[in-house]
Amino acid sequence: MRSSGQDQQQVRNIWQKLHIDVPLLLGILTLMALGVFIVYSASGQNMSMVYRHIRSICVALVIMLVIAQIPPLVYRKWAVPVFVIGLLTLVAVLIFGHVGKGAQRWLDLGVMRFQPSEIMKLVVPIMIAWFISQANLPVKISTVIFAFILVLMPTLLIARQPDLGTSLLIASSGIFVIFLAGASWRLISVCVGLASAFAPILWIFLMQDYQKQRVMTLFNPEQDPLGSGYHIIQSKIAIGSGGYEGKGYLQGTQSQLEFLPEPHTDFIFSVFSEEFGLIGVGILLSIYLFIVMRGLWIAVNAQHAFTKLLAGSLTLTFFVYVFVNIGMVSGLLPVVGVPLPLVSYGGTSMVTLLAGFGMLMAISTHRRFHT
Amino acid sequence: MAPRRIIIRNHSAEANLFARRTFIAFVGILVLILVLFSNLYSLQIDSFEKYQTRANSNRIKLLPVAPNRGIIYDRNGVILADNKPVYSLAVIPEQTSDLKASIDKISTLLDISIDRQTKFFDSVKSKRRFKQVELHPRLSEQQVALFAVNQHKFPGVFVDARLKRYYPFGKLTTHNLGYVARINRKDANKLDLAGKSENYAATHSIGKLGIEKYYEDILHGTIGHQEVEINSQGRIIRTLDFTPPTPGTNLTLTLDIELQMIAKRALSGKRGAVVAMNPRTGGILAMYSNPSYDGNLFVHGISTKKWQKIRNSKDLPLINRTVQGYPPASTVKPFLALTGLEEQIITAKTQITDPGWYQLKGLPNKYRDWKKWGHGKVDLNKAIEQSCNTYFFDLAFKLGITKISTMMERFGFGDYTGIDIYEESRAIMPSVSWKRGRYNQSWYTGETLSVGIGQSYWTVTPLQLAQALTTLVNRGERKVPHLLKATTDTTANLASNTQNNWNEINYEEQAPLVLKQEKNWDLVLNAMHNTVQKVGATAYLPFKGAKYDAAGKTGSAQVVRIKQDEEYDAETTQENKRDNAMFIAFAPFETPEIVVAVAIENVAKGGGGTNAGPVARQIMDQYFGNRVIKSSFDNSAAQDKIITQHRHSSINPLHLSNESE
Repeated sequence: MRSSGQDQQQVRNIWQKLHIDVPLLLGILTLMALGVFIVYSASGQNMSMVYRHIRSICVALVIMLVIAQIPPLVYRKWAVPVFVIGLLTLVAVLIFGHVGKGAQRWLDLGVMRFQPSEIMKLVVPIMIAWFISQANLPVKISTVIFAFILVLMPTLLIARQPDLGTSLLIASSGIFVIFLAGASWRLISVCVGLASAFAPILWIFLMQDYQKQRVMTLFNPEQDPLGSGYHIIQSKIAIGSGGYEGKGYLQGTQSQLEFLPEPHTDFIFSVFSEEFGLIGVGILLSIYLFIVMRGLWIAVNAQHAFTKLLAGSLTLTFFVYVFVNIGMVSGLLPVVGVPLPLVSYGGTSMVTLLAGFGMLMAISTHRRFHT
Repeated sequence: MAPRRIIIRNHSAEANLFARRTFIAFVGILVLILVLFSNLYSLQIDSFEKYQTRANSNRIKLLPVAPNRGIIYDRNGVILADNKPVYSLAVIPEQTSDLKASIDKISTLLDISIDRQTKFFDSVKSKRRFKQVELHPRLSEQQVALFAVNQHKFPGVFVDARLKRYYPFGKLTTHNLGYVARINRKDANKLDLAGKSENYAATHSIGKLGIEKYYEDILHGTIGHQEVEINSQGRIIRTLDFTPPTPGTNLTLTLDIELQMIAKRALSGKRGAVVAMNPRTGGILAMYSNPSYDGNLFVHGISTKKWQKIRNSKDLPLINRTVQGYPPASTVKPFLALTGLEEQIITAKTQITDPGWYQLKGLPNKYRDWKKWGHGKVDLNKAIEQSCNTYFFDLAFKLGITKISTMMERFGFGDYTGIDIYEESRAIMPSVSWKRGRYNQSWYTGETLSVGIGQSYWTVTPLQLAQALTTLVNRGERKVPHLLKATTDTTANLASNTQNNWNEINYEEQAPLVLKQEKNWDLVLNAMHNTVQKVGATAYLPFKGAKYDAAGKTGSAQVVRIKQDEEYDAETTQENKRDNAMFIAFAPFETPEIVVAVAIENVAKGGGGTNAGPVARQIMDQYFGNRVIKSSFDNSAAQDKIITQHRHSSINPLHLSNESE
């Protein structure tokens, strides 16, 4: 018994040396495996798409492993220059950017095209966490105001592309840091008040027509069933018709017969719920909850204010992804184009997410080494 | 960068604060997950049925499948109306890569006219997405073959096979069968009102005339349904369920197509009509109106040019002359004689002296006999044999119009016979009240005299003549003329149409025409017998040498009124004002099996005996055994049987073995 206890200790040490958080990895791998199968179904049994998906998963896992090796201290050092470079590339996108699907999001570097906004998803929480952790917690009002300004800069730049979904996600990743840093409740209520006052301004000045239409569609999708309401109606039909047990793997009529829009990316949750029903949905949500809980556990147990705030923010943002995607395809939120994390087809979001998880693992496994 | 300051931190306080905030966030997450889950629960559990229905209505389409129309046979099983596969070329514009180029290429390949192409592009504009549009309605076999070889080059273009009505005898049967044609707006409205639209959802044609119209309901059958799964582009993925349509009932007519052919041949080059009927049943053996037209033209939609030609023909081929009124002339004399006997105005022995004309007392008008110098002493027998007008002027005068019209109406004149086609005319049996109603004039005695020789306002249809003659030869037993002999339930036995599975139609018994004195029937019938059998009688020549015992009566009707002291000469009279020739006959005399009524318009020379008589003779010759065309049909009918047996055996080999036992 004693020796087996020692073996366990040794195994734990091996993972420790590899800087891998096992529960987190298990949760991630489970979702990714699930994703492979659903992409196969959602793409209409397209094996080449499945291979490409597996390739992105492998690439993302490698990136996660690499990032996990870097001590969190390093991010803190590089926070400011990377943030500044990030802002500059966002400006560059607006000027030279590649137009795709009615929005400028891509920067063509000749060799590859990349989306600076994706990188900002990680850079913004690092930056804000660094900024706030300079002082003692809880944060002071002046710090909060300055932090807000820091968040607002990339947010507005991305909103101009226009990519409202990403800009809101990035804003929330910064705001989560502020919240976790203990911003006073009074401040929070003032902010909420300001946000609701800001909403009409957003509606009138900042939102594009297609975005407004998405919001309108949310409230009454049946108004234009063949136009903008089509996606959300078909998605709700897919989910609803899945029922308790689902129609069975590869048996979803809405997805297999191409009634669902973009079934392998944004609407992959609809495919899943149609084929696996409420039982599958329950299991999927549980896995997500498990990952979130593990992330928060890592945050709480982190040794530094910076790592706590970063880990907390990354985890909460991850949950926001899940919430926005599922809320969007089930008709609770407007269609904003957020993939279902770790499941949807698409390399970019996968890489960004796993880079984030790499940081979480670094925070989890490097904590013994003090700065 | 700000210079690094040494900050004194309270780590445990910070950790506590952070843990509290994390906990609050975690609670928030739980709440949000609950929100998501309860929303999904309401979608998947509470509204499950609603969304399941909508998912199914998304993917499942019910395609109507048209039933096969019932086949129409003649009494010997010869097919008169068949369903033949027709291949049309259809295009789904959304499935072609380049519509304009595809149509161009295929039109060159299959030699499709610019007209059709223009028509096609016009209808493309108004069609719904993913609906097929017809490019060519009827491809030849060569075109189908040519397309089949090249099909892979034309995505979205395909051949659509459909059964269309075909009348193998063309003109010969159009006036009986009528035809089917495309359902037009009027038909659609009618179907709607009758609540039959649903049953016609996949049907393209409907009976427009004749038997096809009269028996539309049973010929049509019941619609079937194909339940298919489609994708979001409307492409059929697979068939989920199939409810086969119930084919329409097959009809066997009383018609004998060989007699019909004889009738056509006998009337060739003439305008006229023939009706041959079985007096025991009322079944029509032949019913032909000449000239006729080809009903097949209407099945595919007749071209304006052809339609104009048919409609504007001065021979009026569209008119079914078997059910149109003609002045009956002397053919009704036997019925008038019977009326005289029955009303006891005359007896068999009553004699008059015929000077060649008849004159009403106190009036200057002379009513002339056809024989200028008169028939001398005339009794009933001679009056009918020689068709003496003077005798019947006298008889009609003595009877008066009311007694005449009352009796004639009992024979069915002036009313529908009840035959199973809708095109029938009632024709006119004039009476005092009729004239009052029609012209608001009183009746003149002079008109009664004209009625006495089947002229004046009096018109009868050849069919009415046949019906009245049937009542006469049956000694009062009346029959409803009809074309439908039997129906065959197609569901019971798909392939064969044998007498075994006929459901014979039983026509209602009619109240008989009862005379006060039964022997009066014989007096009149004997006179008609003599008319044919006695040398020198008016109908002797046409039936000279016949192997069966016929009886009959001739008639020649004036088409234009001839003025006093004017001579009628066929050669100098305009063609369309010449006399009509009429003839009625039956045989065998003792036990009549067939009655024939003939009407021929505007004959060149002579009367009913010389013009219409031979037509009746040819029909009867054919009927009584001199069956010239029979042999050839026996062969084809036998062949048909072999084919059907063969077809059947491939479906059900058991059946064949049963048959061979």
